[in-house]
Amino acid sequence: MDAVPARAHAYVAGVVLAALVCLSPLPQVHTPWWAVLLLAGLYAGSEVVARSRLVGTCYPVLLAGAFLLPPPAAALAALPGALLSPVAQRPFALRRVWRAAQLTLAVWAASRVHWGCGGRDAVVAPDFPYVLVPAGAAVLAFCLVLTLLDGGIRVFADRVPAGRAWRGLFSGSLAPIAVHGLAGLMMAVLWRSPYGPVAALLVLLPMCVAWWAFAQYHRERAAHQATIRALVQAVDIKDGYTRGHSERVGQASMMIARELGMDDERVETLRFAGILHDVGKLGVPTRLLRKDGPLTPEERRVIELHPEYGHEMVRGIRFLGEARAAVLHHHERLDGSGYPYGLVGDRIPESARVVAVADAFDAMTSTRSYSRARPVAAAVEELQRCAGAQFDPRIVRALVRSLGRHGWRPAVTADGTPVVPADVIPGRGEGARDSVGRGAS
Amino acid sequence: MTSPQPQFDSQAQAQAQVQPERAPAPAPESQPQTQPEPESQAQPESAPAPAPEPQPQSRSQPQPQPESRSQAQYRSRPQYQPQPWSPLQAGPRSTSRSPVVLLLVPVGAGLLALVCLAAVLWSGLAERPVALAFGVLVALGEIIRRAGTEAREAAPLGAAGALAYALLGDVAGQPTHHGVAQTVTVVLAASLLGSVPYIARGGGPVLDHLARRVLTVAFAAVCFQPLSNQGAFRDWSGPAYALLLIALLALTALCDAVLAAAPAHARTGWPFGPLLREELRGMVGITSAVCATGAVMALAVTVAGLWALPVFCVPLLLTQLSYRRYAAVRATYRQTIASLARATEIAGYTPAGHARRVAELSGAVGRDLGLSGAELTVLEYAALMHDIGQLSLVDPVPAGATAGLSAAEQRRIALLGGAVVRQTGVDAAVAVVVERQADPCREQPVAARIVRAVNAYEEKARDAGPGGGLTALEELRLATAGDYAPDVVEALARVLARGSLTSPAAG
Repeated sequence: MDAVPARAHAYVAGVVLAALVCLSPLPQVHTPWWAVLLLAGLYAGSEVVARSRLVGTCYPVLLAGAFLLPPPAAALAALPGALLSPVAQRPFALRRVWRAAQLTLAVWAASRVHWGCGGRDAVVAPDFPYVLVPAGAAVLAFCLVLTLLDGGIRVFADRVPAGRAWRGLFSGSLAPIAVHGLAGLMMAVLWRSPYGPVAALLVLLPMCVAWWAFAQYHRERAAHQATIRALVQAVDIKDGYTRGHSERVGQASMMIARELGMDDERVETLRFAGILHDVGKLGVPTRLLRKDGPLTPEERRVIELHPEYGHEMVRGIRFLGEARAAVLHHHERLDGSGYPYGLVGDRIPESARVVAVADAFDAMTSTRSYSRARPVAAAVEELQRCAGAQFDPRIVRALVRSLGRHGWRPAVTADGTPVVPADVIPGRGEGARDSVGRGAS
Repeated sequence: MTSPQPQFDSQAQAQAQVQPERAPAPAPESQPQTQPEPESQAQPESAPAPAPEPQPQSRSQPQPQPESRSQAQYRSRPQYQPQPWSPLQAGPRSTSRSPVVLLLVPVGAGLLALVCLAAVLWSGLAERPVALAFGVLVALGEIIRRAGTEAREAAPLGAAGALAYALLGDVAGQPTHHGVAQTVTVVLAASLLGSVPYIARGGGPVLDHLARRVLTVAFAAVCFQPLSNQGAFRDWSGPAYALLLIALLALTALCDAVLAAAPAHARTGWPFGPLLREELRGMVGITSAVCATGAVMALAVTVAGLWALPVFCVPLLLTQLSYRRYAAVRATYRQTIASLARATEIAGYTPAGHARRVAELSGAVGRDLGLSGAELTVLEYAALMHDIGQLSLVDPVPAGATAGLSAAEQRRIALLGGAVVRQTGVDAAVAVVVERQADPCREQPVAARIVRAVNAYEEKARDAGPGGGLTALEELRLATAGDYAPDVVEALARVLARGSLTSPAAG
């Protein structure tokens, strides 16, 4: 959103106008102002904290407001928090206004629906389980309005085609908002009970702890990825001419795994397998890794220990799963002439067969001290020639298909910078999953 | 990650010109093993200490031929499987220490349970549907428990349900009459029932957990039920009543912390204060959520009847889920750090298992000195990676023993290590500890003092054979003047005297 198009401005202005219309009956409505003030303060406070920890929005308070207050008053409670809390990207003012208008409309709609279903009386004299019905309807309305408006801004500001703008928005946000709605309902019920707002605040505590744990989770995960990156860099630095090799093998392994129809988790595991396959080279003297010219049999034997060193290093990392087997067996050959164990055919783990193909492919298509890079077509031909004896033909076919479909655009060039780009390594595939999960907690 | 790491690169260029011979490889631990995945059995902390049989290793002198790093060697070593720093899982250090305290919790809980059971059998169950509903909730909470989580995070829903039942005075306006005895009996029976699938899956012992559950619930019920049954709170205003419940739950949590810290203190001999503090600090997270949910459930059932139970356990389930993910990524991260730390061993710069032994011993010394929580994590990571600077060396230090080098050289390696650690994205505090591990002890942070002393001890003691530990300790004491902090050396002596970690080769 560098240059915001005029029609986006117009769209935001329209939404703001609608929000103002929703708020306009305020003077005529009988409103418990202290409750509005308390809820608005609570929302603003939790929003500021939540934004600084990057953990999504604090809907339970808003929905509790929608269950407790008349529609315009409930919508008003959302206003200060939405206007005051920090915004990550430019243009700040426009984003704040947009968020405030959007939330105002959504809360108003939820409260209106709840009111219409007779939810107010159900909350006051807690009428379980009927109270769940208006609450459910209100959550649906809230979610619907939010996603409708969100899709609109995608069309007008991000220029997403109208056909794709709404895809996945509703289904992705319904479950988290439903959980927030339950918490909001609990707050509302306890608020109207003799125990009052004190008890209602207690409901927020488990939610806060969940947010905290979620933020910690993200922090640890980022640190973990950086550590894996450090492992890979250590190898790349030692074995200078293969710079970026690990990354590219990870990428090729991932392409093959996708093509073979593996699920997301296995694809991710195979990516790690490709990235870490040569980690054992840390244990091989640099002199041998960088030697120009032919190796003596003794030197060759020392280099051929690297799969075992690598396996020894990573076998304690449980989440790598079958990637560990790939590290150990990525130099096995189908005819049994590989190392370290000389496994034959299907005895070689599938992950290792995938990494073997990816490894050979990248070795051929990148520049090495002993050879120039070959074009992709020549490399593919060579792979197909060796399929059956050295490589699994099924996996070679998968690579060829994937190359035909997506092409080969290695993320790191062979003679590029020594530093691996920070954003290439683990976890890009998880981005989509996280943005959903973030809302959930 | 923007600059091309000068340390690594300068090293790389130097190595490209002259590559010296590798360090003499450490003596392989002669346990040929065909299965390369002994992961579950290789947990050093949980193994009974005094068994010399698993690793009878003569680390007499390094064997000079590089060929000795052969295929079976690295596989035969136990893998460092980092454990969460929980005093409850810290393994039997010295079980002979005050067994009375250790038995107090389970025996007390057992006796209490028997008395309550007898009382309930005598008088019968009051309000059966309520008892059944809470029983089901507690049992469900136990069923979804998962092995490997820390005790306080294990079954939050069960704990919340039990506390709510203990603090229940009305159901939808009707006063209840379940007393202390019935509360304890219902909770215990439901917990036992719910534990059956967990035990059947091989989840591990549950006795400790059950004993603590029984005692804490009994505590809460004793504080609340008699007064409530006499109608003492009838005239209280609503908010005051809610605050009373919160206060009671805070007391219960304190009681729980003492129940956890006292046996840990008795078992390990670590100072009681830091143990209790650590328990209390751990409670800020999940336990506060459990207590809040317990109070909310008790209040909501009073207002809305039993329907409130399923609705009100949702946020806590969410909390549990978040915690599990957090715990999982934390465990993974530990494993990765340990693997990174082993890079120096595999590259032949340091003897096998050195990083792991230094980490374990440093952790014990840190506890003895009263460190807790995050400080211990920093200490553990720093100890694991303290030698990582050697990766940047052109000439490997003989046997990786840095303690014998000149101060300037030690400091240079420490700085190189700090630079590497900074790249790994670990907490910057870890990098600071690694960097400062060779400074004079007066200028060091505590963790760096510990790493320095323990590293020196490990290096000096490992080649000295039987009795080498004492000699090494004596050397540290004599060198205390500026190198090793006296209090750390004394703590190290205490830890070693406590046993189980005396022989560095036993890891």
